[in-house]
Amino acid sequence: MMKNYNKYTVILVSLIGFIFFVTSLNSSSETKEQKKTEPIKKKQKKAIEHIQVPPPPFSEDIFPCSECHEDMEVNKEKRILEDAHADLIGEEIVLKHDEENRWCLDCHDAKNRDKLHLADGRLVDFKESYRLCGQCHGPKLRDWKKGVHGKRTGSWNGQKKYLLCANCHNPHSPKFKKLKPMPAPVKLRSK
Amino acid sequence: MSEIKDKTKKMEVSRRDFIKTGALVTTAAVVGGCGISKEEFLQQHFKELTQEDVKNIKKRLETEYEKEFGKKFSVSFKEPIPQTLFGYGLDISRCIGCRRCVYACVDENNLSIDPQIHWIQVLEMEKSKGVNFHHANLHYDREKVPDDDHFYLPVACQQCENPPCVKACPVEATWKEKDGIVVVDYNWCIGCRNCMAACPYGARHFNWKKPSYIDPKTKKKSELNEDTHYLGNRPRPQGIVDKCTFCVQRTREGKYPACVEICPVGARKFGNLLDPDSEISYILKNKRVLILKEELNTQPKFFYFYAT
Repeated sequence: MMKNYNKYTVILVSLIGFIFFVTSLNSSSETKEQKKTEPIKKKQKKAIEHIQVPPPPFSEDIFPCSECHEDMEVNKEKRILEDAHADLIGEEIVLKHDEENRWCLDCHDAKNRDKLHLADGRLVDFKESYRLCGQCHGPKLRDWKKGVHGKRTGSWNGQKKYLLCANCHNPHSPKFKKLKPMPAPVKLRSK
Repeated sequence: MSEIKDKTKKMEVSRRDFIKTGALVTTAAVVGGCGISKEEFLQQHFKELTQEDVKNIKKRLETEYEKEFGKKFSVSFKEPIPQTLFGYGLDISRCIGCRRCVYACVDENNLSIDPQIHWIQVLEMEKSKGVNFHHANLHYDREKVPDDDHFYLPVACQQCENPPCVKACPVEATWKEKDGIVVVDYNWCIGCRNCMAACPYGARHFNWKKPSYIDPKTKKKSELNEDTHYLGNRPRPQGIVDKCTFCVQRTREGKYPACVEICPVGARKFGNLLDPDSEISYILKNKRVLILKEELNTQPKFFYFYAT
């Protein structure tokens, strides 16, 4: 009899324990949900400011384009330009950026010479040229907006400064150019 | 019985006296002989510093440095920012091995120029062999980088969550701060170099001589950075170990480390691991990430990633 009694209490106690366990699980999941919503609210509060550091990297005296181009007739036929702007910037612009499929007027606007245009014809300022680049380089643009592609300076927890795509990549020849490295560390013992 | 008790009492007193006078004599000898101030010597009591102590040490160091280097220094004791755990990302697919970071770090952190100390070591590795330290070259010397057959892996302190160097220190002169930075108290370090042997990343460096800021080749004297932190870039004495601190003097003020700011290709990323919106959190969530020597369970907070 005694043994039986013990058995029942064990079952009873474990049952009560189980109920407690389940309710505590529920309540903890509730608090978890509450916690989950909190950071989102915070997110809306702190919109980190971004400032563009250098302006678009125009060659000297080349902008505004309309200064020369306004009076010139537009030849919309796709062709390779000879000595393109060499007189202005000292060296010829050679397109090495999907040059098989594209040419000047695919990015530069033929009507408004001081703007770029998207594939659908919408005009884009040189200060927002990343919108144009992002048409083909979507994942890069996504990473750049998050601060993962390209360089961010300023403050890791506050105002950040950013560069345009064109500040690092020459839009006409975007591959990053090789650099001379700084000196190698000295060897402690020369053999 | 009483005799024995008395004897022991006598012995105790005499031993205490002996130690007392001994300590006094050594203090006098050290203070008098080695040219360090009384305050500097007495700083090494085994107790937590009070606000007053900190103020005095700050004042003492600032005047010492001003005397030595002829310009005003500020030695910060800024505490970790709450809810912050620093993490670092380095894009291996972007780094071109130009070593700009190495020298920006030297300038920012007042590293010894002679003998040379570099906290960042850029390793050149063969693309065909992958991340392999047996085929790494620290001393590559090229006209232009990156070389087409190689990639580059800069290594500095990995700011481990489970740092072997901290366990190796016999005097607790190095520890992990609340924001995750592993720091050294240069006034406490005894220069035994156990931590250097324990570190699997070669990230700790010993000041064999008093740091000199004159280039031995060009004889050019470099300008010291006067914005310092006690646990970071303040001028070091001889015979102590120093290491990367994620630029504690900058990052606790909200700035990026110097290596992040200088990198010409934007391969270096830095931020708060506890902030889900930070750049580093985005990298951990979305990119292929690797840590060095994962099998050692050091749990680095320095993440290498491939953005492409």
